[in-house]
Amino acid sequence: MELLLPELGLFIWTLLAFVIVFLILKKFAWKPILATLNDREKSIADSIASADKVRQEMENMKSENEQLLNQAREERSLMLKEAKDTKDKIVNDAKAQAIEEANKIMADARAQIQNEKMAALTDVKNQMGKLVIEVSEKVLRKELSDKSAQENYISTLAKEIKLN
Amino acid sequence: MNFRFKHILSSFIVALALLVNLPIFAQNPDSPASPVEAQAPVVTEGGAEATEHHEGAAAEEAEGPFNINKVLFGHVMDSHDWHIFSYGKGHEATHVSMPLPVIVYSASRGVSMFSSSHFHHGHETYDGYAMTAIDGGNNMKEKISIVGSDEKVYDFSITKSVLCMFISIAILFLIMFAVAKRSKRNGIAKAPTGIQNAIEPLVTFIRDDVAKAYLGNKYAKYLPLLLTFFFFIWINNLLGLLPLGFNFTGNIAVTALLALVFFAVMMINSNKYFWGHIFNPPGVPLAIKFILVPIEFISIFIKPVALALRLFANIFAGHTIIICVISLIFIFAEKFGTGLGWGTSLISIAFTVFMFFLELLVAAIQAFIFTNLAAIFIGSAIEEHHHDDAHGAEHAMAH
Repeated sequence: MELLLPELGLFIWTLLAFVIVFLILKKFAWKPILATLNDREKSIADSIASADKVRQEMENMKSENEQLLNQAREERSLMLKEAKDTKDKIVNDAKAQAIEEANKIMADARAQIQNEKMAALTDVKNQMGKLVIEVSEKVLRKELSDKSAQENYISTLAKEIKLN
Repeated sequence: MNFRFKHILSSFIVALALLVNLPIFAQNPDSPASPVEAQAPVVTEGGAEATEHHEGAAAEEAEGPFNINKVLFGHVMDSHDWHIFSYGKGHEATHVSMPLPVIVYSASRGVSMFSSSHFHHGHETYDGYAMTAIDGGNNMKEKISIVGSDEKVYDFSITKSVLCMFISIAILFLIMFAVAKRSKRNGIAKAPTGIQNAIEPLVTFIRDDVAKAYLGNKYAKYLPLLLTFFFFIWINNLLGLLPLGFNFTGNIAVTALLALVFFAVMMINSNKYFWGHIFNPPGVPLAIKFILVPIEFISIFIKPVALALRLFANIFAGHTIIICVISLIFIFAEKFGTGLGWGTSLISIAFTVFMFFLELLVAAIQAFIFTNLAAIFIGSAIEEHHHDDAHGAEHAMAH
């Protein structure tokens, strides 16, 4: 039974010691330890939250980039297509114009040639006519100087004409 | 390297644990109450008196048979000197013990303070005071009284248990201040180092799984007390396992004090809802209330008593089992011969090793249970009910 009867001395010493230990530990041990634990937990939670945020932002940026890239790609192909069209158009236009120009030049040239030819022919005709007239005049002058020959010839011509 | 060091350290502790009871049972054959005592070298007085008392003792007390009562209670009861170990046999035995200061107060003589070595283990009186073992000396409880007077003497001596408490407090301070220092130095930017890694999980465990779990958002106010309970009890439990002959948390005075501290905190912080539920349980018929209210009222006082007894009984039982198992060796050796004593020692040591591992577990579990139940009881006393009672019950259930 003595076992279950608390001794006053030990009780008082334990009371004193426990209260003092509690107060000292509370101020000098539990306070800094718990403060560090809480702060660390808070900082870890904050870090995780901010890391999540950054990841979210990264993902957003990534998708935005992708979108921009796709847009740029589309734009590029569009521009290429347009450039090609423009080039084709320019080339075709130039070709058509060139052909037209060439045709026109050719036509002009032909007309010119024709004119020149006509002019030359007219000239030749005029020259020949003059020459014929001169030669005829000379011949006629010679022929007409001999009376008998003229009469012979007239008679020949007269003979050729046969009256039916 | 570090790992190997820890390995060696733990082997050393196990080896030490094996030796735990050697000092205790070494004195057994000579009976622990033997008056033949030499003082430890640390003590200035008394050392030279050893021989003188050898003779006196021989005449006074014959060597009796092995007395397990004296062995057991010599260990578990508090005493005015710190008996470390004995060697030698019979009357030639030398007991290495450290006398502790005796501080007594009586109305007629005031405060007296002197070394317990003056009593020579109850065989001499000093300054009018005598130390006797009550209950025929079997349970070893020492009582200091004034010679030839019935006057009440208040004994505030630094006994073995008080010494144990001082040692444990020194260890507690060493550990916790080291952790606090590292906490401050490392801050939150650096990872915890060294002993900080060992203590922080325990602190977190008490905070999250005990304080927050049962005290809700008001946990911060009670957390320092709960942490002090846990580490104070745990370290003292562990110190009781070392072969130093301490049995601090297995002493009812200690556990009663701890339970009273808890009780005071619970009473001071209890709110009107707590008392309302005790004196006017909601939703209970009037007739039942006459039965229920006294039961509820008594339950308030049963809580600290249960806490005190649980811790006391667990630690006391552990020490008792270990000493009994070790004592088996000497009982068998005395009754059936030395050979059987040696044979029994194999089984006893094996079982003691097992018990020590169990006690290591019990030391932590009992510290946790005391803290946990204190938190639960305080939680029930400070719980707020915002709505009517029926609703409040649902509210409490939901939590």
